[in-house]
Amino acid sequence: MSAGQLSTTRPTLTRRIARILARWPRIRVASLLAAPVGWLVVFYLGSLAVLFAAAFWHYDANITFTITKTFSFENFVALISDPVYRSIAGRTVMIAALVNITDAVLAFPIAFVMGKLAGPKLRSVLGVLVLMPLWTSYLVKILAWRLILSDGGVLNWLLKPLHLSGPGFGEVAVYLVLSYIWLPYMILPLAAGFERVPTSLLEASTDLGARTWHTFRSVVLPLVFPALVAGSIFTFSLTLGDYIAVSQVSSTQFIGSVIYDNLGVVGDLPLAAAFATVPVLVMVVYLLLARRAGAFEAL
Amino acid sequence: MQLSRRLRVVLVGSTGCLLVVIYVPILLIVLYAFNPSKSQKWPVTGLTLQWIQAAIGNPGARSALVLSVQVGLIATGIALVLGSLLAAAVHRYHFFGRNVVSFLVILPVAFPGIVTGIALNTTFRTLFGGLSLFTLIVGHATFCVVTVYNNVIARMRRTPGSLVEASADLGADPLQTFRFVTLPVIRSALIAGALLAFALSFDEIIVTTFTAGFNETLPIWIVANLSRPNQLPIVNAVALGVIIASAIPVYLAQRVASDAAGYG
Repeated sequence: MSAGQLSTTRPTLTRRIARILARWPRIRVASLLAAPVGWLVVFYLGSLAVLFAAAFWHYDANITFTITKTFSFENFVALISDPVYRSIAGRTVMIAALVNITDAVLAFPIAFVMGKLAGPKLRSVLGVLVLMPLWTSYLVKILAWRLILSDGGVLNWLLKPLHLSGPGFGEVAVYLVLSYIWLPYMILPLAAGFERVPTSLLEASTDLGARTWHTFRSVVLPLVFPALVAGSIFTFSLTLGDYIAVSQVSSTQFIGSVIYDNLGVVGDLPLAAAFATVPVLVMVVYLLLARRAGAFEAL
Repeated sequence: MQLSRRLRVVLVGSTGCLLVVIYVPILLIVLYAFNPSKSQKWPVTGLTLQWIQAAIGNPGARSALVLSVQVGLIATGIALVLGSLLAAAVHRYHFFGRNVVSFLVILPVAFPGIVTGIALNTTFRTLFGGLSLFTLIVGHATFCVVTVYNNVIARMRRTPGSLVEASADLGADPLQTFRFVTLPVIRSALIAGALLAFALSFDEIIVTTFTAGFNETLPIWIVANLSRPNQLPIVNAVALGVIIASAIPVYLAQRVASDAAGYG
């Protein structure tokens, strides 16, 4: 670009617009925000609002099989009073919590190596090695675990000489598969968290006489805790909403399975909408707690 | 913190073991794509290209692939525009509700996909007369925005704002500043964000199931065929293709912007 190009002061249209924008920063911000915020508010928040409203509608399951847009708490009453739904919700949250803890424990050593032990070259190699499986298709990973856990699959073949057999398809399989699938989502934020821990603090702790375990517990752990929570937002939320892995490696039911069946097979949209408020509520509480733990700065 | 030799060995050793556990299932799919036997039992009985040829010739898989690529490209385009506008606003200005906006953009991935899916499904079916290609693209674009946003804002945070000010001081109008200063600075972040958004859209299944209507993307084709034992060898071969197809954009994104972590 030549200097002459920049020094022209002809009042072109863009320049006139520029002058208006320079005078009113609010217009500047609004013109940037209009499209993206409009999109998210209309399509995303708007849809969530409709979903929430639909949770109070009525579905006639006996005669007409149609939905009427009335207002009642009948869907919530049905969900709370039926022990089947309670146990499904409990099981979903329970397995999500277990997956969360498992991934946190599994991610610690590799994240520590990535964030603190490895040199820059090894660090970027490990980064790619973790990033690749994160982006590998969710369905491909489920397919792979079906091959591993099925009757004539790899696991049973490996265990046969020991006169053992694998867990087969069921709740344990769901737990294993979901822990596997969401693990990279925990490793990456945690590794970034370790990387942000200043090495000088660790040295200071050692100089002051703390043993490795002591330093880990009182210096490292509090510092990486926000990163741990950041990673857990993904592992927890993704497990909470799953129904495809659940249906492929078990015949058990998750909140997602009930939503899917009611929407597709049964056609009871209001009940599905009411049940969908459970993961929303759980996640809202989780996100609020996560924000207090400083996880959003670690995302 | 001084690590004893033993602890170091344990840490490095468990890192290696974990990577093996992460990669074995993926390599298993690669192997099964070449398995001649229709039964899905281990061990595989040999190696053949038969199913890969069958997958390439499968009309259902082919049209699903074409649709997935189309949806991915359009959704990525929308996400590129929306994500970078949002990143520019949040990075450069302090406005009322700034925290709310930066929170709003991550909600579609922080909330379970099934919530986004059923919310869009309910809205489109009850208020907008049903599901179509349009609703599918809206669904995909909505969760892709955050990927572009994350990449672009990370880049902007590392770029001194004085560059833009200097450009204005030297007499450039906003369009020139954008073209000669801002764009070159964020270009690789845009490319990385776009590649990741495409990869995200290409693999997505849950929001897709709820917004696609009768449209069949590749993930929907895979799920439909998982329940047909006869089709499983072809599904394995398609899965190999999907592994390669998602590895390429991610690898490229990594090369383009080595700092683009971009998860979620």
